[in-house]
This record gives sequence, C-alpha cells and structure tokens, in this order.
Amino acid sequence: MVDVSSATRGDLRLTRITKSYGDFTAVDDLSLTIPEGSFFALLGPSGCGKTTTLRMIAGLEEPTVGSIHLGTTDITTKRPYQRPINTVFQNYALFPHLTIFENIAFGLRRRGIKSVDADVNKVLDLVELPHLAQRKPTQLSGGQQQRIALARAIVNRPALLLLDEPLGALDLKLRRQMQIELKWIQREVGLTFVHVTHDQEEAMTMADTIAVMNEGGIEQMGSPADLYDNPKTAFVANFLGQSNLIKGRIEGTAGDNLVVDLYGQKISMPKSRSHAVDSSIYAGIRPEKFRISLVGTPTRGNVLSGGHIEEVSYIGVSTQYQVAMPWGQELMVFEQNDDGVPPFDKGDQVVISWEPNFTFALRGDEDVEAGTEVAPDDLDEDE
Amino acid sequence: MTKVKDATIPTIPVQARLSRWFGRNLIRIYAFFGFTYLFIPVAYTFAFSFNDSGKSNLIWKGFTLKNWQNPCGAPEICTALGNSIKIGLIATIFSTILGTMIAFAIGRYAFKGRSTSNLLIFLPMATPEIVLGASLLSLFLVFQINPGFWPTVIAHVVFCVSFVVVTVKARIASLDPRLEQAAMDLYANEFQTFRRVTLPLVAPGIAAAALLAFSLSFDDFIITNFNSGTLTTFPKFVYVSAARGIPAQANVIGSAMFFLALAIVIAGQLISKKTKVTK
Repeated sequence: MVDVSSATRGDLRLTRITKSYGDFTAVDDLSLTIPEGSFFALLGPSGCGKTTTLRMIAGLEEPTVGSIHLGTTDITTKRPYQRPINTVFQNYALFPHLTIFENIAFGLRRRGIKSVDADVNKVLDLVELPHLAQRKPTQLSGGQQQRIALARAIVNRPALLLLDEPLGALDLKLRRQMQIELKWIQREVGLTFVHVTHDQEEAMTMADTIAVMNEGGIEQMGSPADLYDNPKTAFVANFLGQSNLIKGRIEGTAGDNLVVDLYGQKISMPKSRSHAVDSSIYAGIRPEKFRISLVGTPTRGNVLSGGHIEEVSYIGVSTQYQVAMPWGQELMVFEQNDDGVPPFDKGDQVVISWEPNFTFALRGDEDVEAGTEVAPDDLDEDE
Repeated sequence: MTKVKDATIPTIPVQARLSRWFGRNLIRIYAFFGFTYLFIPVAYTFAFSFNDSGKSNLIWKGFTLKNWQNPCGAPEICTALGNSIKIGLIATIFSTILGTMIAFAIGRYAFKGRSTSNLLIFLPMATPEIVLGASLLSLFLVFQINPGFWPTVIAHVVFCVSFVVVTVKARIASLDPRLEQAAMDLYANEFQTFRRVTLPLVAPGIAAAALLAFSLSFDDFIITNFNSGTLTTFPKFVYVSAARGIPAQANVIGSAMFFLALAIVIAGQLISKKTKVTK
C-alpha cells in the first residue's frame, strides 16, 4: 500500500538507463532529470524509445541497466503499485465492468481509503463530467473517456502523472481543446506531468520542457522556443517544424559573430548558435525567418542572391514559396499575407534576406534528411 | 398528390425488380429454412410431450397434460435424471476449476512446453468418444476400479476440461492486458488485480464454459455407457427404453431442459450486454 500524500516527492532522475529486448536496444544509456512541478514532454517518432521510457518510470518495465530515483528514493525495481506514480494510458484502459465512479475510486480504495465520495466528486467536477458518475465506460464518447482516465489518475494526487499519447485517439478539434485543458489542469493541481507524444505541435503547445528522443537516446532537451529556434541537430531541426539547411564553411570570426561562406556568398551569425565541431557546417534558417525581395530593392541583414521563385502555394495565413538557388537547392520561404495577394510570381528573380540572429549552425557531417522521413502524423505508437 | 404516369421517367422492368427483391431478402429466406431445419425436431419433441400415448410415444393419440403433471411417471426415469444431474454438476465444478486454471496458464504465461500443452488440450476433443470411453474403462479395470458413479464423473471431467480451456482461453485472449496494467498502476497488487479486474472480466467466459461442460456431461451417452456399469443416466434410460418405446415423460424432461437452457442463454445475453468487454 502506498501512502501517496506523504510519499517521497521531488525531481525524477533517470540515470544511465538502458533497456534491451534481446538484440534490440529500445533505450540506450539515457539520463534525464524531470523537475518537480513541470510539464515535461518526451517527443519523438515511433520506435524512439519514449514509450519504453515511460513504462520504466511507471514500473511496467524494468530497465536492463541504470537506476530511477524519485527525490531521494530509488524506485528502479519497485512494483507499479508501490510507486506514487499514475498513468493515463493511450487507449484510456478504463475498467469496462465498473462504473465511472468506481473507476475513479479504484486507486483510492486500493490504498485503503474508506470515504472516497468527496475526492471522486471533486475530480469529476474538475473534468466537468459529474453527471456521468453512474455510467459505464462504453457509454461514453472518446473525449469523455479521456477525461475520466485523467480523473482516475489525478484523484490519487501522484508525485508524477504519466500521459502516454493521451490525445492520440481524438479528432483534431477535440485534441486542440484537450491540449489547453490539460495544461490548465496541470496548473490547477500542481502535479508533475510527463507527456509522451510523437506530435511536435502537441508537445510545444503544452510542455515547459521537451526532450526530443531519437533511436533510444535524447537528441536535445529544452524549452519549446529553445528547441525550435536553436536546434542542435538536423533531427531536431527537421522533426520540430521545417528547416532550410545550407552547406557552408566557417571563414573566420568578427567579434561575437562567425563569418560563414555559403556557396561563395558571405553571411554572419552569432558564435553562440553554432553547434559545429569544425569549419564545415550546415547553416540553418527557419522558412518564416526569410524575407523575399525583388532584385534591386533594398535589403538588410544576411543576403543570398541569385534565386528565382520556383513554386507558389497560397495557404491562407501565409504564402509558401520555393526559391531555386544558383547551387541547385530549393529554399522554403513562408511569408505572412499582411497585404492580401501574393506579391511574387513564379519565375521572379529574387533576393533572400534574414536577420543574422536567426541563423543556427549544425555539424557539417549531419544527415540533412534526419527526422524528415517520418511523417509524425500517421504514426501509431506501438513500441 | 396525384399519380400521373410520366412517360419520361424510365420504369424498372418487373424481372429486375423481382431479382432485386430476391437479393435483398435472400438472407431471410435462407434463415427461415435454416431455423426450420434446426427446430422441427425440437418442436416435435415438445408436441409429443403432450401426447396421451400410453406405452409407445410414436403415434399421436390425443392431447393431455398428465405427462407434465407427473414427469416421474415412467419407472426409473427420475432416478436416471437425478444421476445425470449429479454427475453433470460434479463434473462441471471440477472441469471448470481445472480448465480455468489451465486456460490462464496457457493464455498468460510463457513457459517451456506451452505450445505442446496447447495442442494436447485439444486431443480429448478430437479423440472419438468410443475410443476415449473404451480406453478409460480398460484403465479403470487395470486399477481395479469398478464402473459406476465416480468413474463416470472422472471420465466426464476428462472430456469437459478441453472445452472449458478453449472457451475460457478465448475470453482471456480478448482481454486487454492494459486493464491489468492500469489496475497495478492504481495501487492494486497482483492478487487484488486478479480479484478486482481479471476475474470479473473473464467471468462470462467461465460461466459459458461451465454451461457447456454441464450440457456435454448431461447428454453424454457413449463414454457414460462404458464407464457407468449398472448406474442409469438419463441418456442411457432413453437409449434402453427406445427398444420398448420411449415414454412421453422423456419428451417432457427433454423439453424442460431445452427451455431451461434457452432461459439461461437469454439471461446470459442480457447480463453480458451490461458488462461488455471493450477491446
């Protein structure tokens, strides 16, 4: 029996965790600290090891090597019911033979709490479904089941709440609504949430901190803005949104800036945003950071000239251009439709410019396709 | 609304309409004949339970309720029925407990020889009853056990277990393992998880298996005939009296059993509707 209220709280620390199934290594030497009270996301494509990591935290799998601490307590080998940790399962896993009330009361009753009514009703109010208490799970819609699964977990006020692709089964509109609601509930109850997802937009909307996972390890960890604006690897640059990665060479330094040669054209960028190990780099710029101007009109910041518009797609909030550059690469540019009609036509000779501070640099030996071949939307997580 | 024939609207030819009607109703026609075929013998049995027959119940001689008022009227019939029910109940209890445990072992745990056990469990189902019955008898005789009540019970458990295992295993296979994980996640230890989640969800399968075991045991003739010695069971009674003419009371008991089974199945359907297992 776990007395959750007085159980150890604090940061969750995973130390050098490895999980192998025979020859296959699902999680490879992973170390991670999840601060108490945070909304933390494990983001990555199918098979990256994020669900396995979550299951090890929950106690449903045991790591092959490594340790897991909650605060100062070692919970590596504790059974799931001995941990003050609760999970919202991917398909909710509500008990079909119990009413909604009994589903929510399940954890409290197993911990030997006699009077459960007040607690259960409180969380039913929190998820705004008090009228469904006497129904059976099959009588509820997907969105309602999702909320009950959440209520069933948070009623125990665990030190850690794990969410395994909790919104995967919902349609887009409901998912958006639940994203905001989950964030609100997390603030309301003040628990640590660990959220596993393959949906980068979902992770960025909800989490304070995101750990991007790939092939059993963490690629990069940081706030959504950090990861988006200053990715360290091509995988992160491509998995979170789209990036233009241009092959280049560091020519020298000028104060706090690097001078970079991109196919004969010089640009500058802050030293601090370079993750390169030698002079060979990929310069990265997000499509919406680019500006397009016709040849001969004034520009500022970094400039790449010699391009022409190859493709124009009008998508409402913005217009997307493919700009063919002299070295054969097509760069993607997103322009806000501030002034209505798309101002550039296919074939226009243009110059691309951007603020030097938006540039990031990756190692020159990176695979520029990393993270692009997985279309995050049609993945069904079943590791 | 006036119905004026508009020559510009093309009409569907009669032949096409007929074949469409036939296509739409084919399943109903098929079902009608199928059920007729299945239920004529039952209806016949039920009807002749009201026959004022006397000794032989082959020709309709007039309607009477006296068979239903006195089902034990034929000599020995209720002793035979009692034996069948007793054997059936004991065999059901043992085979259900044993079979459920085997089903959990095979359905849930990876152990050496699991697929072999899985196969062996099917063998009693596949073995011809006449072979099983005769072998069991010779086995009992080798151990100097005389045929009678308990050897019959043991023989029935042997063939009922397979059916219980298959039925319960199907239910276990359809159980989402995440439900048990969720229970453990919610502070239920292994025993509480089994007691509060696994067992209630598998229960309909166990109940179905028990009903199946009972009905298999109740109407078994071949294996029983080998192993029961002088003990009379209901099927044996019917078989023996067939030579002299089956009394109408046999029809009464047969019909009563049919309606009882029907009632149980309907009740089961109603209950399972309430405790449906989601995928």
